[in-house]
Amino acid sequence: MLRLPRFKYLRPKTATEAARMAAEFGPRAMFVAGGTDLFPKLKRRQFEVEALIGLDFLPRQIHGGSTDCVVDAGVTLAAASSDNHLIESFAGYAEASGQVSSPPLRNAGTVGGNLCVDTRCNYYDMTYEWRKAAGFCMKKDGDICLVAPSSPRCWAVSSSDTAPMAIALDGVVSLTGPDGERELPVSALYRDDGMDYMAKQPTEVITSLRLPADSATRTAYVKLRRRGSIDFPIAGAAVALQFEGDTVMRCRIVLSAVASYPLEATAAEEFLKGRKVDAETIRETADIAAKPAKPLDNADLSHFWRKRMVRVVVEQALQRATTRNQGSTVKLLGRQPD
Amino acid sequence: MKQEVLREVQRVVLNLDVNGERAELLLPVHKTLLEVLREDMQLTGTKHGCELGECGTCTVLVDGRPELSCLLLPIQLEGRAITTVEGLASGSELHPLQQAFAETGAAQCGYCTPGILLAAKSLLESNARPSRDEIREALAGNLCRCTGYAKILDAIELAAGRMA
Amino acid sequence: MTTTREFGVVGKPLARVDAVTKVTGRAIYADDMLLPRTLHCRILRSPHPHARILSIDTSAARRIPGVQAVITGADLPIKFGILPVTQDERALEHEKVRYVGDPIAAVAAIEEEIAAAAIDAISVEYEVLDPVMSIEDALAAPRDERIQDYGGPNNIHKLVALEFGDVDAGFERADHIREDVFFFQGNTHLPMEQHSAIATYVDGRITLWSSTQVVHYVHRALAKVLELPMNRIRVIGAAHGGGFGGKTDPFAHEIIVCKLAMMTGRPVKCTLTREEVFYAHRGRHPVLMWVRTGATRDGQITAMHFRTALDGGAYGSYGVASTFYTGALQTVTYDIPAYRFEGCRVFTNKPPCGPKRGHGTPQPRFALELNLEKISHELGIDPVDLKQRNFVKPMTRTVNWLRVTSCGLDECTERVMTASNYRRRERRPGHGMGFAISSYLSGAGTAIYWNDMPHSEVQIKVDRGGVTAYCGAMDIGQGSDSVLAMIVAEELGLQPADVRLVTADTDTTPIDLGSYSSRVTFMAGNAAIEAARKMRGMVVEAAAAKMGCDTSAVEVRGGRIGDFTFEEASVLAEARFGTLTSAGSYTPPKLAGPYKGSGVGPSPAYSYSACVVDLDADARTGLVHVNKIWIAHDVGRAINPLLVEGQVEGSVYMGLGEALMEEQAFRKGLHKWPSMLEYKSPTFVDMPEVETFIVETDDPEGPYGAKEAGQGPLLPVPPAVCSAVYDALGVWIDEVPVTPEKIVEALRRKEKGEPGRFGPTRFPAIPYPPTIKVEPPPRDLPSAAPAAI
Repeated sequence: MLRLPRFKYLRPKTATEAARMAAEFGPRAMFVAGGTDLFPKLKRRQFEVEALIGLDFLPRQIHGGSTDCVVDAGVTLAAASSDNHLIESFAGYAEASGQVSSPPLRNAGTVGGNLCVDTRCNYYDMTYEWRKAAGFCMKKDGDICLVAPSSPRCWAVSSSDTAPMAIALDGVVSLTGPDGERELPVSALYRDDGMDYMAKQPTEVITSLRLPADSATRTAYVKLRRRGSIDFPIAGAAVALQFEGDTVMRCRIVLSAVASYPLEATAAEEFLKGRKVDAETIRETADIAAKPAKPLDNADLSHFWRKRMVRVVVEQALQRATTRNQGSTVKLLGRQPD
Repeated sequence: MKQEVLREVQRVVLNLDVNGERAELLLPVHKTLLEVLREDMQLTGTKHGCELGECGTCTVLVDGRPELSCLLLPIQLEGRAITTVEGLASGSELHPLQQAFAETGAAQCGYCTPGILLAAKSLLESNARPSRDEIREALAGNLCRCTGYAKILDAIELAAGRMA
Repeated sequence: MTTTREFGVVGKPLARVDAVTKVTGRAIYADDMLLPRTLHCRILRSPHPHARILSIDTSAARRIPGVQAVITGADLPIKFGILPVTQDERALEHEKVRYVGDPIAAVAAIEEEIAAAAIDAISVEYEVLDPVMSIEDALAAPRDERIQDYGGPNNIHKLVALEFGDVDAGFERADHIREDVFFFQGNTHLPMEQHSAIATYVDGRITLWSSTQVVHYVHRALAKVLELPMNRIRVIGAAHGGGFGGKTDPFAHEIIVCKLAMMTGRPVKCTLTREEVFYAHRGRHPVLMWVRTGATRDGQITAMHFRTALDGGAYGSYGVASTFYTGALQTVTYDIPAYRFEGCRVFTNKPPCGPKRGHGTPQPRFALELNLEKISHELGIDPVDLKQRNFVKPMTRTVNWLRVTSCGLDECTERVMTASNYRRRERRPGHGMGFAISSYLSGAGTAIYWNDMPHSEVQIKVDRGGVTAYCGAMDIGQGSDSVLAMIVAEELGLQPADVRLVTADTDTTPIDLGSYSSRVTFMAGNAAIEAARKMRGMVVEAAAAKMGCDTSAVEVRGGRIGDFTFEEASVLAEARFGTLTSAGSYTPPKLAGPYKGSGVGPSPAYSYSACVVDLDADARTGLVHVNKIWIAHDVGRAINPLLVEGQVEGSVYMGLGEALMEEQAFRKGLHKWPSMLEYKSPTFVDMPEVETFIVETDDPEGPYGAKEAGQGPLLPVPPAVCSAVYDALGVWIDEVPVTPEKIVEALRRKEKGEPGRFGPTRFPAIPYPPTIKVEPPPRDLPSAAPAAI
């Protein structure tokens, strides 16, 4: 069977201690919370570390209330997806959490972990032996991109379901570094780089996700994947809308799995603002939103089709956000129950 | 070359609660729960199909919830209650789910069965009479290649009816 | 063997005999075994699809502490292979590698992680050769060298051309002729259990426990490669975590652990990683197909010409048989009066293909069903009607000499038509239903190596009430052990729980050829009936003697033999006859027609299935949502209806996976996604409800009338899906898997005024040999005496 490489396991008691350990070890250590992304990658030798820094100390509470909702980074995705407060006030976030991978992985995977999930590419998410046979790529052990060999950069795909939704909701993460704490909008957490995809310092621990309260916000997350479970997104749309009467006042549309970072469809947002939502507007918004999406041939199904589907997931997310529980949408998958 | 075998192994003494029995074990920290159950505790009822979290075969319960033992480190599990398929029956008396799986032919090759039984047990504890779609959702992380899932759904419904 | 008597246990939906061990986690699969001092083996595999090996340096690996042995191809030079005509594999290759994943060297170490590191420390020098990755490529002259040194021209492995009846005349008689090209993509078995084997070597004897479907063929291969007499080798089938045809060849790792056990004097275990399982493969061949069918105005088939090109991968495996199978069974569902078949298998630098559930027949079934659908649309005849008009009749012989006995096609069709309401289906945009039928063997009529011995043998021992049945049959999850126990129990008036079984152990059980070609219920079942009836004869005779009556007056049922309990009667019988043993065997009748190649296709009986798929397909996205599947299966008789339903539902599942998502795809010489995440196997939420109907036609030669159930019901699902997509959207997807992008593309073409289809457009020129013309047999069975070649 595939086994983990040998490593030391460090057990800090606080985030500060964890950050200091990370500073001490540098790239020879990584944080581990749920481990659902990390362990497979260690087994495939995509990550090589001497030590893991366990984040088992992270609290696991969801602090709801009239003010902002603070979700501790250690909360499991299963807990987030079934939390009544999140379902009522941040439906899209609960939805996104509930669509990550499969039930047993959601029981282990955490809110913080899913924000940090490594970018993916089907030339990269393979065993050491496969990558050796294919020729190593620049993201690990090699120096070229196998998807776009003439490209100077890595095109691995941002594959978090919850990050786009957290951005759409103006979410803010709390970070603890070796020398202190700070807050960072989730929208500033990522870089357009398949390799160095996170903008936080590698020593910083995400300790919580704060979602600003605004009960007027209507949200939805729609995920496209081949099967009704297990699979990573091959396209996805997170939307958050605020209305005044029938008119959209605020609007965030963030796409998953079409770039190396959660891609905000700013032109579409601008277009939708100040308009009333009807079928035609939704169609036009989705058309605009899909334009910047550039899927490449490094995930499931053809990138032409995925590009075409971006429009569909945006439409569905807009419909779902505006007519939650009323709209009829095309079933994206086999038998996924609503 | 993979040099990691030349590295020193960190070993820790851990107290694990597996099926209500406490075990004190000296374990390398990098050994997954799957390996420890099968190789150090002789609990070979827990099977494995990919060791990467992609098939659900190695599902066990941690504090009553299904998780994948191939992606768990025992060092993270001290003080948690681990249940494997060996912990389902009471003595020689089968758990109603086991009984129903046997009666309905829900186990063919039987290799995915331990993981599915545990995921089903967890489901029935939070939802005593799930609909067929709710069962499908709860078990969507467990692949089976023999049954087409039909008899498994039948078995879980049968057990739920008997347990209610 | 037809019987009308009332059954004691046959026909009852009883739990499997191994159910409790499986639901309690106590069944011992090969990887669960850890004998004292076991060493762990890992295998170095080729990173190149095609290369010559210049040198192998294992010295660094040998120096790693904990490494006990390192072997290369020089240690195991003898070639083997499942078919006698294609002995082209080595457990380890030291001259040339032919696909990414081809085994080169193996290490036994005290820990698996040490073995894995040692493998990585072996350095191999290669001369990289140009890889051949497609059928077209294989047909052309090789740029470097051929993959194998037999077959040809170029990288062609096998060519066959047969004609039965006058095909040209048949086409002349046709009012309508249609040609189509189809492609069935390759896919793999993906058993949940990764292959595993563990061997010990003590006192000159090898014992191997393995996850295999064919203990006997593994036994033979070990004897050959290890150069040991068969009586020094014992192969035991461990509890089996799923095969579907994927564990039907002797595999490198099975030979390797034996060799390493012999060298180290310690038990050696090898469990393949999931990635290696994709390389071991032997799965569904990708097949390109061309079919030309002639029909009269009213839809009667007058002639058919069928061409296939199989992408075989790098080795022979079952490929010669697979090639014949792509042409053999077209005639056992439809009465085709004149039939020409031209088949071709090529070598490519990919993992070898072989038998997967339906072995070589789902691909032509797909093409045949869709070709007939298209003809019916063109003739303005309902496709179900057209197909029904051409159904074969029971007790006939096909134009290619296959003997059809029982046949429940009409009843199967009726059952799914009625239940699905197909004829009055809801017509709304995007909704469609599709219908297809199929047939499959109940065991191959010929053994893999030609011989006159039985294909299955059963022994029964009775001692003072205890009943033990011995049979080489391997239960791979399909329930063959349960069927054996039920049959023995039925004949002795007992319950299955009263029968102890010893199976799949070459030391203690008589031969059964293995769990492939859907042969076990039919063949081991008949052998068990014979053995059990002999045993019953003895206990009945002893009881009758004591009762002072005629044996015909002794009733055998409910655990009693006449006036006695079974135990009392067995004591009487043992006193009367001495040791109570009996044996039975089954040899299929000689059914092959009088032509070369006729060994593939004949079976003592054929199962039949009919299927309806109901789905919604979205024109904009190409996404398909399967609502429900109805399947009726003629199993002859359901010895255990629970197990039959399980086989049928599992077949439908696998067929749906193949139809919609499963795909063994390659890119730049490599398997594109050898993982369970990227190789898409339907989950619980992707599987629709399946309504199953068991049809019983009481086959004249099957055990209690039984036929196969484990493979045939897969076959109609892919074509029924494509017919339903056509019904929903008006486009033909002439290849599987039917992915959304293909549907979208077909619709785009249709909008542009091009043919609304997606699929291959041409069939390559293949240098088929001159056609062997075979005179068809008399078509009614009584005058159609079997002929041997």
